[in-house]
Amino acid sequence: MESPDAAASGALGDVVERSEVEPVNKKEWRSLYQKREKIHPKRAEGTFRRIKWIVMAVTLAIYYLAPWLRWDRGPDAPDQAILIDMPARKFYFFFIEIWPQEFYYVTGLLILAALSLFLITSVAGRVWCGYTCPQTVWTDLFIAVERMIEGDRNARIKLDRAPFSMSKLRKRAEKHAIWLLIALCTGGAWVFYFADAPTLAGELLRFDAPAIAYITIGILTGTTYLLGGFAREQVCTYMCPWPRIQSAMIDEDSLIVTYHADRGEPRGAHKKGESWEGRGHCVDCNQCVAVCPMGIDIRDGMQLECISCALCIDACDGVMDKVGLPRGLIAYDTITNMERRAEGKKPIGHILRPRTILYASLIAVIGSVMLYLLATRSDLELNVLRDRNPLFVTLSDGSIRNGYTVKILNMAHETRTFGLTVEGLENPTYTVVGAEDVSALTVGPDSVGSFRIFVAVPQGTIHHGSKDVEFVITDKATGDEVENETSFKGPRR
Amino acid sequence: MARDRKTDTVTGVETTGHEWDGIRELDNPLPRWWLWVFYASILWAVVYWILMPAWPGITGYTKGLLGYSNRGAFAEKVEAARAAQSVYLDRIRDASVSEINSDPELLEFSLAGGRSAFAVNCSQCHGSGAQGGPGYPNLNDDNWLWGGDVDAIYQTIRFGVRSDHPDTRQNIMPAFLDDGILDRSQVNDVATYVQSLSGSEEPADAVERGGQVFAEQCVACHQEDAKGSHDLGAPNLTDAIWLYGGTRADIVNSITHGRSGVMPAWAPRLESETVKQLAVYVHSLGGGE
Repeated sequence: MESPDAAASGALGDVVERSEVEPVNKKEWRSLYQKREKIHPKRAEGTFRRIKWIVMAVTLAIYYLAPWLRWDRGPDAPDQAILIDMPARKFYFFFIEIWPQEFYYVTGLLILAALSLFLITSVAGRVWCGYTCPQTVWTDLFIAVERMIEGDRNARIKLDRAPFSMSKLRKRAEKHAIWLLIALCTGGAWVFYFADAPTLAGELLRFDAPAIAYITIGILTGTTYLLGGFAREQVCTYMCPWPRIQSAMIDEDSLIVTYHADRGEPRGAHKKGESWEGRGHCVDCNQCVAVCPMGIDIRDGMQLECISCALCIDACDGVMDKVGLPRGLIAYDTITNMERRAEGKKPIGHILRPRTILYASLIAVIGSVMLYLLATRSDLELNVLRDRNPLFVTLSDGSIRNGYTVKILNMAHETRTFGLTVEGLENPTYTVVGAEDVSALTVGPDSVGSFRIFVAVPQGTIHHGSKDVEFVITDKATGDEVENETSFKGPRR
Repeated sequence: MARDRKTDTVTGVETTGHEWDGIRELDNPLPRWWLWVFYASILWAVVYWILMPAWPGITGYTKGLLGYSNRGAFAEKVEAARAAQSVYLDRIRDASVSEINSDPELLEFSLAGGRSAFAVNCSQCHGSGAQGGPGYPNLNDDNWLWGGDVDAIYQTIRFGVRSDHPDTRQNIMPAFLDDGILDRSQVNDVATYVQSLSGSEEPADAVERGGQVFAEQCVACHQEDAKGSHDLGAPNLTDAIWLYGGTRADIVNSITHGRSGVMPAWAPRLESETVKQLAVYVHSLGGGE
């Protein structure tokens, strides 16, 4: 590599800033036993940086503010829009309410999320990694804080090398204090998803919140501080499985951040006014390397470390503007188009491919099934548990009695009264523990009513030891009916 | 060990000197995080030896500064559980069983406590579902020898039946044939009469003879209508429930040899609040009056 200092002293120096920077994670140099070399990403400016700022603001706002949104569900239910109510084992999400037995909705959501990730990756590469992944967003925020206090890349490198001084101590203290504050807010916001946010906030400030809240905040504060402040790109490269999985999603038609070697090579320093004949457009200013938060050189081609954050595109576009060449030496591009361009053909967009069609149709199918299930979700469920010990009891008049535990899940926000009948028996008589009569089983709002019900039938009406029966409950007010099948046991004769 | 340590030409790393068929082992350093965890584990072990029971000796073991023991931890947990339950247990101790039965909070607690006490103390004879067996009453049905309201059940559990407690419930079903009170034909006739009480078609003359014997020998306990008596613990002979079986052979057997099953008194063995919880639990099984 040509010495950057020599080039910086050339005529180019007054147009394009050149950086003496080495991609610390370059494949050839990286040993598994090497200590991490700190990366000092330079500030980038441009379209993608602006998009990243907006995405950061939106995602952080959603994360920090979502628990404070209210959603009226009536007097007997929580009014928090998003609430994971662990003690009551219920999950509220705006108009959706999920009970434990309906956890498949969450499974469906996770499957949808995974498929969406696959679809987006196969079309546009690692968009998730580059823009919306919490690790990227918080690392970006932490670097922004670092830049605000310690200055941009060169100032930070200088500060790192500088001997201990009061001003260094003050800068470091400020930086870590703000980092810890952000981390604390991050951990703090998390617990609000699990309890009524205003109540818990008051308790937290008065130091009488449950211990688990403080422990959770403590752990998440610690992980945010460590992952955002120190581990940074190592999380993506070494801890996260997604970079390894993505190679199965990406094909030659997926967008990747890439360097147009055909246009850029042979690279080299360029003096103002010199001809561009016989050389590439890359002026070897290393700005793409300087801004890279992952410590790689995009000109080495597609690499595991690259999170497609596109900051190198912004850096290079700025340089191209200054030297008066068209933008896009580093750009989002597909492998197919790079090959076509090399052959002198026009680039093509190829979004409809077997894998994108497959992912999209899977998303459509699962999404519609879930929508259908949600739209037709019943707010009433009946569970019947038959006594197995004893199977049945012979009463003094010879009649046969079975015991059942009947659980009525009233998922509506008001108290409801139900009548119960058992179909399939001759002349059954009922006794119920926990209520006056089987025709008036009252269940509170959003709760499970549990009743012990004894059903007796006259002697001789049960043959062959068992009879299939159906428990039916009817909502007294609306007439809604729900059934549950079970059996009635008797002597085998 | 350190035979022939060489520097590997490809990686530049020193080898350990171990070689197998020309393959040499590189002496790469341990990952630093692993090494630190290893040192921390050693330190942890030393601290553990000092604080916790660790080293066996000839007659005992090192107790550790914290004085921890599993048995002690268990005792503490039992103590804590009892303390947590004492809110209810204190109230149960002072309340009568019918008061407990009508207080929803105490009832819920007692049913849970009664269930586990039943499993430990009662299920051996009455069965885990309280379904009983020949000679051991089914506690789920609506038929009770000594009364099925919660107070009667409480008394039966406290003092037992034919137990060694002075206040025990006590009656005798004599061995009519063994003791020579009746002869064999009389026993057969009474058995026929008893069977007829349940609606079985029997020879009229035998039923009449048996009815006379019944009127002389049995009505004192089983009553004239043969429906028995809770006060005397005499079973109802007209219903579908037979403690010792309802076949003719079973009935003849009961009359011939008599019956005297024993239920122990539980007041001397269990705490009063446990006995009360048991009474409430048994009453709840479906036959409580």
